[in-house]
This record gives sequence, C-alpha cells and structure tokens, in this order.
Amino acid sequence: MSNQVPLHEGLFTWPAAKPQLLGSRCNQCAEATFPAQPDCRSCGSRQTTIVELGDRGILWTWTIQTFMPKQPYRSDETPETFRPYGVGYVEMPGGVRVEARLQANSPDQLQIGMPMQLDIIPFRTDKNGNQKMTFSFSAAQGV
Amino acid sequence: MNVAIIGIGLHRFGRSPNMSGMQQGASAVRAALADAGLSWADMQFAYGGSQDGGNADALVNELGLTGLQFTNIWNGCATGGSSLHAAYSSIKSGEYDVGVVVGFDKHPRGAFNPRPKEWGLDEWYGETGLMLTTQFFALKTQRYMHDHGITEDALIRVSEKAFTNGSLTPTAWRQQALSYEEIANSAMVSDPLRKYMFCSPAEGGAALIICNADKAHQYCSNPLFLKAAAVRTRHYGSFEVFAPSQAMEVADAPTVTASKAAFEQAGIGPEDVDVMQLQDTDSGTEIMHMAENGFCEHGEQEKLLLEGATGIHGRLPINTDGGCLANGEPVGASGLRQVYEVCVQLRGEGGARQVPNEPKVGYTHVYGAPGISGVNIITK
Ligand SMILES: [Zn+2]
Repeated sequence: MSNQVPLHEGLFTWPAAKPQLLGSRCNQCAEATFPAQPDCRSCGSRQTTIVELGDRGILWTWTIQTFMPKQPYRSDETPETFRPYGVGYVEMPGGVRVEARLQANSPDQLQIGMPMQLDIIPFRTDKNGNQKMTFSFSAAQGV
Repeated sequence: MNVAIIGIGLHRFGRSPNMSGMQQGASAVRAALADAGLSWADMQFAYGGSQDGGNADALVNELGLTGLQFTNIWNGCATGGSSLHAAYSSIKSGEYDVGVVVGFDKHPRGAFNPRPKEWGLDEWYGETGLMLTTQFFALKTQRYMHDHGITEDALIRVSEKAFTNGSLTPTAWRQQALSYEEIANSAMVSDPLRKYMFCSPAEGGAALIICNADKAHQYCSNPLFLKAAAVRTRHYGSFEVFAPSQAMEVADAPTVTASKAAFEQAGIGPEDVDVMQLQDTDSGTEIMHMAENGFCEHGEQEKLLLEGATGIHGRLPINTDGGCLANGEPVGASGLRQVYEVCVQLRGEGGARQVPNEPKVGYTHVYGAPGISGVNIITK
C-alpha cells in the first residue's frame, strides 16, 4: 500500500482521529490567519501562536472550477480525466475564513450558509508513489 | 504645479501576430507623440510597464537612446494607474515639464498562470487549484449577489453593453455585439460567471504625453487636465485575490480608498463625473466597482442596468469603448487604454460611441492582484 503524506507541512493535524486545520493567532490583537505565519497581517506584531482552527465551518461563498487550470496546478489529472471541483471560503470557528477545495462540484449542491466539514483527502501521487494529502470540505454529516 | 495630458496614443488591442509587445508599446508612444506634435527627443522622463512584453525601458532601443530618465513600473493589473501616478508626481513636484507614460503587453493565450512564490505564497496553493483570478472574481461576485440582491440579469446586461460599445469602437478587439440570449446561454466558467462575462488576456499598447499644465498651451490647443491620481493597496480585512484566508470582518476594498482619495484631490464628487472607465475583468467586477467607486449604492446596480443607465446615452456611461470585456486585457496597457478612452470622450472624438452633451469630467479605475487600485480624474 502506498504511503500517505501531507502535500505541505503545517496546514492541518494529520494523521489524527479528527484532523483540524492549523492557523496562527496573534498574541496582541487575537486575529487568526491561515496558513500559520510568524507575523500578524492585522497589527504587524511578530508574536503569533499556532492554533487549531477547527474541523467544521459555514460556507461563506463558493464557485465551481469547470476547466482544468494550467500551471501552477499540479494534479494527476489529464484534460480527459479532469473533474470540475468546487472552491469556497469556509468560516471556521477559529475566527477566519479559509479558502479550500470543495468536494461538491455542481451548483445545486452548494449554498451560502451551509454547514461544512473538513476532510483530508488524497490529491496526487508523487514520483515515489506516495499519496499527497490535502484539505477539502464537504457538506457536514449529522450535527 | 498642475498636470496636463497633451497627447494620447493607442496600438490597437487584440492580436498583432507580427509585432512583439515592445513594438506595440513603441507604436503607441509614436502615436501619442504625433498627437502632441512632439518628438521622442522632447521627452524628459518616461514611466512604463509590461507583464509579458519585456522591460519597458528597453523601448529606447526602438525610440532612440536620448538619455532620458526611464523607470519601469510593475503593479499587476494596476500597472497603468501606477505609471500614470508616478508621472503625475514628477510633474507636480516641478522636477520635469514633459514626459511619457507607456504600457504594453503580449500574453500567451488562455488564463494567466501566476507563480505562487511571486505572490508570497507556498506551492501547495497553486498546485491544488486555488490560484486563479477567475475563481476569485466568481467567489467575490457570488457573495456580493447574495448580500445585495443582484441577479444574473445584471451580469448579462453588463456584458451586453460591453460588446455593444465594442461594436462602435474601431480600435476594440471584439467588435461584434452579442445578444442577451447569447450571453445568458454561454458556457458557465466559474459560477456565477459565464464565458462572455470574462475578459481575456490580449495584446496592445497605450501611451500618454504628460505635461506641466502651465506650458501645455505651448504644445497643444486642447489639453486635458489630470486632476487626481491615487493608488492604494488593500487594508486588513478586504476580500482580495490570491488570499488563502480572509478576516471575518470585511473592510473596504482598496478601490474605495483610492476613489475617495482621488475625489478629495480633485475637489469634486461622483455626481460630477460625466464618463467613466471601471475595471471590468468580468461583468461581476464592473457591478461591484460601480458602488466601490461611489457611483451608486450597493444593490442599486440591478435597477441601473435594467434601465440602461450605464450605456453611452445613460446617466452613468461606463466603459464606453467596451472596456476589458471587448478590448481584452494586455495587463501593462489596460489602465492607460482607459485614460486614452476618457480623453477621446472629453475631446468629443468618440464618433459612434461619443457620450452626448459634451462630457467635461472623466474617471478611470484599475484594480489588480493582490488588491491594488488606481484611480484618475481627468477634466477639460
Ligand atoms: Zn495582530
């Protein structure tokens, strides 16, 4: 079985029973940002702390990416196998709206204000056969 | 020191297969010089910018090695606004009397492909397909429609107007008017924006000759005056392109702050403007920019568009040459094309697309990644 590794370190807790998005929060003004960064975009402070932003949120806006993007997009797809994907900003309980791929890919599955849940999913396979994992959101199951 | 525009030049937007971007820039400069009745050797300074056409200062190889101060400007889609602002400041300060501003470009076909590192982002953001300007404009438009009760009808009417105006503009790239139905039935690209609601990367050049207003009449019988030039970047909390996250509290867009600054400089308000060019990367963007620039309330656009208020004969004539939608967007040149068109209108040389009743005040607005806006106010 192939190994699963995060596409990029520090974006989410994983592997974990309940993976969480990771961001940073400013020690001075308490604003949160994703991904985590050492400086605060709001007040310019250099004191920030890495925090969990949550694993559920509310869809703030969305669109559907209908055509296969050019570089820097890098997936295993070909123009023939490309499958449209949703993109949205999800309002996280950690106090920031995070841009993410959405698994829904048709307009009738998406609505501003709907509850969403975080999923860590395989995105592409690297040259060593490892599955690169990324974060994505889907309609929340249960409550 | 007041600032005058005494010459305008355009190298037609669209495709010029046998010309480099640089040659299209040089062509625009020659046209602007001819319009002003001046020669390249008269130019004391130049500001220029291009995304894919090469370094603007290499234009001296085409135009002449005269030793002038030539500064390259790069500010994304707002490059033209930033170049013009730099020229405005050079005249205002009294350092120079006459110079040129030029923008040109020649992009490969299809959507732009930005490199995450150049925008301070990590590779994963681009790799996973989140780094597309088309997506951002769709996401912003989607939320805006939800918040302000704008429907698809308004999006369609913006495009309909753009291509109608393009059909009246001999220099436009797209000169064929499109029907409401053709636009409404065109392919969905990024919900809620369809194929005929987006502009495409293109080619072209635009140039302006800028002069100390006290000396303008030496060169020119019909100078126009650049009353304001303002460029602003984003504040914390404004909803901008290429942003992996956004703050919860939404702040005013840089367009709002640039527009306010420009009106303040000019000492006039939105109600005084007779003709305007607003960045229309897509039809949703034009709608949002109508309100962000102060020309209407948020949500009022639906009714204004239904009434045709933004057409050439309406009370808010917007993008009279068809804007980016009908001209395409050669990034370096696009903002200066807007100024060119406003000058044409103020001179009364718009032909079939001329705004009636002798417009006296014009307004231009560019917006670019990652959240920068440039506004100019031009008067007779
Ligand atoms: Zn802070």
